[in-house]
Amino acid sequence: MKNILKSILIVLIFSLNSNYSNGSESSHKLLSPSWSFKGFFGKFDRASLQRGYQVYTEVCAACHSMKYLSYRNLVETGGPEFSVEQGKIIASQFEVTDGPNNDGEMFTRPARLSDKFVGPYANEQAATAANGGAYPPDMSVLVKAREGGADYIYSILMGYEDAPEGVSLDDGVYYNKYMSGNKIKMAQPLMDGAVTYMDGTQATEMQMAEDVATFLTWAAEPHLEARHKMGFRAIVYLIIITILVYFSMKKLWSRIETKV
Amino acid sequence: MSDHEYTPNSKFGKWFNDRLPLLTLSNHLSDYPTPKNLNYWWTFGGILTFCLIAQIITGIILAMHYVAQADLAFESVEHIMRDVNYGWLIRYFHANGSSMFFLAVYIHIFRSLYYGSHKSPREVIWIIGMIIYFLMMMTAFMGYVLPWGQMSFWAATVITNLFSAVPFIGEGITNWLWGGFAVDSPTLTRFYALHYLFPFLILGLVILHIWALHIPGNNNPIGIDIKSPSKDTVPFHPYIVVKDLFALLIFLIIFAFFVFYSPNLLGHPDNYIEANPMVTPNHIVPEWYLLPFYAILRSIPDKLFGVIAMFASIFVLVILPWLDTSKVRSAIFRPLYKQFYWFLVADVLILGYVGAMPAEGLYLLVARVATAYYFIHFLIILPVLGQKEKTLEVPLSLTDPVLGGSTNDSLMSEQKKN
Repeated sequence: MKNILKSILIVLIFSLNSNYSNGSESSHKLLSPSWSFKGFFGKFDRASLQRGYQVYTEVCAACHSMKYLSYRNLVETGGPEFSVEQGKIIASQFEVTDGPNNDGEMFTRPARLSDKFVGPYANEQAATAANGGAYPPDMSVLVKAREGGADYIYSILMGYEDAPEGVSLDDGVYYNKYMSGNKIKMAQPLMDGAVTYMDGTQATEMQMAEDVATFLTWAAEPHLEARHKMGFRAIVYLIIITILVYFSMKKLWSRIETKV
Repeated sequence: MSDHEYTPNSKFGKWFNDRLPLLTLSNHLSDYPTPKNLNYWWTFGGILTFCLIAQIITGIILAMHYVAQADLAFESVEHIMRDVNYGWLIRYFHANGSSMFFLAVYIHIFRSLYYGSHKSPREVIWIIGMIIYFLMMMTAFMGYVLPWGQMSFWAATVITNLFSAVPFIGEGITNWLWGGFAVDSPTLTRFYALHYLFPFLILGLVILHIWALHIPGNNNPIGIDIKSPSKDTVPFHPYIVVKDLFALLIFLIIFAFFVFYSPNLLGHPDNYIEANPMVTPNHIVPEWYLLPFYAILRSIPDKLFGVIAMFASIFVLVILPWLDTSKVRSAIFRPLYKQFYWFLVADVLILGYVGAMPAEGLYLLVARVATAYYFIHFLIILPVLGQKEKTLEVPLSLTDPVLGGSTNDSLMSEQKKN
């Protein structure tokens, strides 16, 4: 009996404690726009991906690399789906070092579709030094590397505020509602009109944050559309075959008086 | 079990079978008499076999593309995710497969505990099962290290550091495990080699596990011996095969939801940050299926005794057949044991929960109480309960469950469910 009481006590402590920890959560609840890529049939908004790439390349890419992506990814199905011609033009705006050539010399040439995204810094140390000691993380899988994913990216971008009274910020440190500890070394990257969208969409802060978060989600999960599509088919197939097997089983077991 | 002589029909079959009795084996497997009252908790053996084979197949495909070198490992995983045809599918299947594998193995183990499948004459099946479970944990831990993300690196650091608690030679052991003075490329490479090897050891043990099972035959929800031949059994094929298949398909539907719609739900976001020895994550947590042991480890203030307690928590399971002294197998006929069983389930869940939380304040207190209760359950409650408990009347056979008119309603309903 003692042990029973003890166990009840444990459960009680446990449940009280979990309530307590939920109540004391300091960080704000993340903003969550209705993403088109969520859900069973979730797909990326093609135009948003293209705009998102523009925001990335014109704003984020000044500091953040994206080393696991290649320019060819931009024209592949399930992504921004730029035309091959557009992709080639995009790639050719970047310079890559190639070689050695027949004379043993390294040379630079315009990037091709097969090249990886060209980063802003030569290495991690250079990136850290240029950004006041805070390394701007590579953005290839950033969405998957943060609790909250796209919501988190979106919230950080929308979370810049004036520091509340009593919070002192050093030089080069900014106040952000959603950053853990509320201090971030990245200056607010998106202001209304920071880019001029080629498709004429109004480049509001919110619009750009949504577009770039969509783009980064695709970058982290380039096969998301294929996955959703296959998942739906696989589950439908499994359900059908499960039903068939269920009735076969019932039929077989009807020879035995035991219920199955 | 099926002791009747088997002769193949064809002449070639007979010729071959005289030289290697494979056909006799397959005949034994398909005719294997199985209690007909097995419930769906018994389908997890088949599900686990599927999990093991699926992990081996997906694992071998991943191994064709993965590079076990500290500078290249993370990148090679991204290569699999992006450029390998259906690489994302194979990797998500493998990564979620380990979670599904553990989910199934926990159900399998707790089913044994409930119905007393670990008791005589099935102790050897149980012990082999525990060795398999232990190897599974090692394999899963080493597999978690391979993507070389932050959690990989720091989990490897924390776990290998445990061995430094061994007096005098601890540091030597850790350096030997690492192949250097910190977790680095040599550690990754050897973990990869062992991660490839262990599943085949598990496969061998699974064969022994099934072999040992086929000597006494399956336990069953009533937990009584079944005389063979008997009308209480059905041949394994097709009755149990089709039932296992049905259960497996349901299991696969849940599996598919994880793989296709929340492939990273059970993982930790930090593992998508490349390993960095200079940056320690805020909370280092193992995968969910190791959390109860992690909680036990951290609940002891002394490192060495923490490690001892962690290994002891598995060892008490190995000697369980001798700790559980009750002559009655199934919890259906053990009203008190049934309650303590559910306390144990709750206790392990609580341990898992606090294992995921920082080891401080109330969490630590709960972890300590839950750890203590875990050992009390196995070392004190079970031996005493076996002697003192007043068990219900056990039926003599599956077909006439209750003898002597002592009809017990709850018992009847239990059986109907089965």
